[in-house]
Amino acid sequence: MKMTIALAAIAAATLTAGAASAGTMADVQARGKLNCGVTGGQAGFSAPDASGVWHGMDVAYCRAVAAAVLKDPNAVTFVPTTGQTRFTALASGEVDILSRTTTWTFSRDVDLKFSFAGVNFYDGQTFMVPKALGAKTAKDLDGATICIQTGTTTELNLAEYFRKNDMTYEPVPVENNADIQQKYLAGACDVYTSDGSDLASTRSSFKDPQEHIILADVISKEPLGPLVRQGDDQWADVARWTLNALIAAEEFGITTENVEKLSAGTDNPEINRLLGKEGNLGEQLGLDAAWAKRAIAAEGNYGEIFARNVGEKTPIGLARGQNALWEQGGLMYAVPFR
Amino acid sequence: MAMKSGASREPFQLSMLFNDSRYRARTIQVFAFIILVLAATWLLDNTIRNLAALGKDFSFGFLWSTAGYDISPRAIDYSSTSSHARAALVGLLNTLIVAAMACVTATILGVFAGVLRLSNNWVVARLMTVYVESFRNVPALLWIIVVAAVMSEAMPAPNAFRGENPRASMVLWDSVAVTNRGIYLPVPDFTRSLGQAELALGALDLNDIAILGVLSLSFLIHRGLVKHAQRVQSATGRRPITWWKSLCIFALPMVALLYALGFHLDYPALKGLNFTGGLQLRNSFIALWIGLSVYTGAFIAEIVRSGILAISRGQTEAALALGLSPARTMRLVILPQALRIIIPPLISQYLNITKNTSLGLAVGYMDLRSTLGGITINQTGRELEGMLLMMLTYVAISLSISVVMNIYNDRVRLQER
Repeated sequence: MKMTIALAAIAAATLTAGAASAGTMADVQARGKLNCGVTGGQAGFSAPDASGVWHGMDVAYCRAVAAAVLKDPNAVTFVPTTGQTRFTALASGEVDILSRTTTWTFSRDVDLKFSFAGVNFYDGQTFMVPKALGAKTAKDLDGATICIQTGTTTELNLAEYFRKNDMTYEPVPVENNADIQQKYLAGACDVYTSDGSDLASTRSSFKDPQEHIILADVISKEPLGPLVRQGDDQWADVARWTLNALIAAEEFGITTENVEKLSAGTDNPEINRLLGKEGNLGEQLGLDAAWAKRAIAAEGNYGEIFARNVGEKTPIGLARGQNALWEQGGLMYAVPFR
Repeated sequence: MAMKSGASREPFQLSMLFNDSRYRARTIQVFAFIILVLAATWLLDNTIRNLAALGKDFSFGFLWSTAGYDISPRAIDYSSTSSHARAALVGLLNTLIVAAMACVTATILGVFAGVLRLSNNWVVARLMTVYVESFRNVPALLWIIVVAAVMSEAMPAPNAFRGENPRASMVLWDSVAVTNRGIYLPVPDFTRSLGQAELALGALDLNDIAILGVLSLSFLIHRGLVKHAQRVQSATGRRPITWWKSLCIFALPMVALLYALGFHLDYPALKGLNFTGGLQLRNSFIALWIGLSVYTGAFIAEIVRSGILAISRGQTEAALALGLSPARTMRLVILPQALRIIIPPLISQYLNITKNTSLGLAVGYMDLRSTLGGITINQTGRELEGMLLMMLTYVAISLSISVVMNIYNDRVRLQER
């Protein structure tokens, strides 16, 4: 399956003349659909529900981009990718934007030639173990059999952490989340390591979530964010500023309920600029004035998206923590709309 | 088509390239060749241009940078600080190991099933038919996944072996542990080990070399013994009894060597979270090995059956009439003739096994496809280079197998004069 995609990617790179040269935004608008690369199924981030409608934080972001660019939050084709196929899918033009809990790293940004639009989730790698295993910290995991999702930064962090601490482990590389769950629940591996949010999301789908603990040790920084191909700055700008608009909306208190009212004009000039009442930000971006208004109206501001998909009231139950706004002690900080 | 000699005296015209059967074949070939070259050039040119458009160069430099990920099992020294090239080599060795093991077991299984399918015993013959039909008609990948699922779902976890009253226990006199992470076997160990010799690609165990040396020496002496027995048989018509001499030639030096090295078995033992010591056959390895063996074994069974059936019944009758026992008839008359029919399709099956090892990806077996073609490509973003390198490697392995098997085929082939 992946072989096919990789080969298809090579074939695509071979056959399509200059896929990257045309503007991605023009392509998307001509097509009338945004192709968005997501995970195959990770509750809270991107997963289809029983009726086949995709939900999650990464999904919400893509809908916001589609709303801004295509004026329709539902004009998105979600393309499930695995850890291994995602970059090929983006590089070959199979997807326009990759919103797939992807860690922003130097080599992906520089060597793989991608542009990250920012961070939509600050995360860190940790471990999930069954309570019965008796492990309290990561240092207790010497000699453990560990399930990892292959093709991720997790693999490298894990190798580095165990080498640094002079411990041994037995890696079991697995292709996708569903396979890992099956292996982990069958006891074929002692430990499941991944980003904390992924573990919480996975645990929420277990029959007996309280039988599993997520260790407090966080062994890496995993800033997750959407990314696009390098070299198309206009499209990268759209991706970056849509994300900023969602975060800024939370800062300004713009929600799905009041966005309509606020867009009529307020006494806060920055809100007015963001929602297109003042200035010409949309025009500078190559869009119309109401682009950010539509993006926010699609699934709400960043805080709303977080609360609805992974927040404390959901089965995943994550606290805002590092993902709170900077004013509330978190790291979420929108660059000024000026 | 016979041409009249008068035809060649006609002056050459351009239309003759198409109308004259003397030239037409060549014209078509030239055109086909030109089209092929154009297509190849266009593909190559497009690739280079598109890579440039994506801002990627074509280089194999990534092979020498640090891999950063761990691999198990590994046949040679490897750590996450080794290079990508080394990781690819570890993966290649894993591919070769599982391919070689699966070829051996598939052949044994196939020969047994093929011969038994011709058995006069109705039950045995039908059982083998069921085996062949059920295994060759289901994709290999499914069998591999089935074995993997059975291993990880139905076998006990290591902690089931723990405690006063364990729910699971080791088998074969407490020497083998069957767990859901794989099977742990005891391995030979030496108290007075000869150590290891450091070579360019990895360390070579001197104990293994010593054992191999003694074995081949025994083998040479044994060949002398057999030759002598044959001479005596052709001179006197009576074959001397050699079995106890053979036994001594093989057993005595080996026992002496093992004693000198301080041979004992290293048993797996539960330590910490897992079993340690001994040899671990991982689930992924077992699934791939068994899956490929039973799948390809079914094809080999049919090849063997067709080979045997191709030998005319008269051969068997003649051999029996000469007074040869049924076993000798099979070994000395039927099989040597059947082999020349069996070998060529058998080569294809060996190549299939080798290439199908890449299905190990589905169960997490870290072969060449999973290291070089999987993690390395993903971490470095060198799809084109990685895929090309991997294809070339598979081609090289397949061609080597073909060459070896063709040499063998030449030896068993019917000598025609």
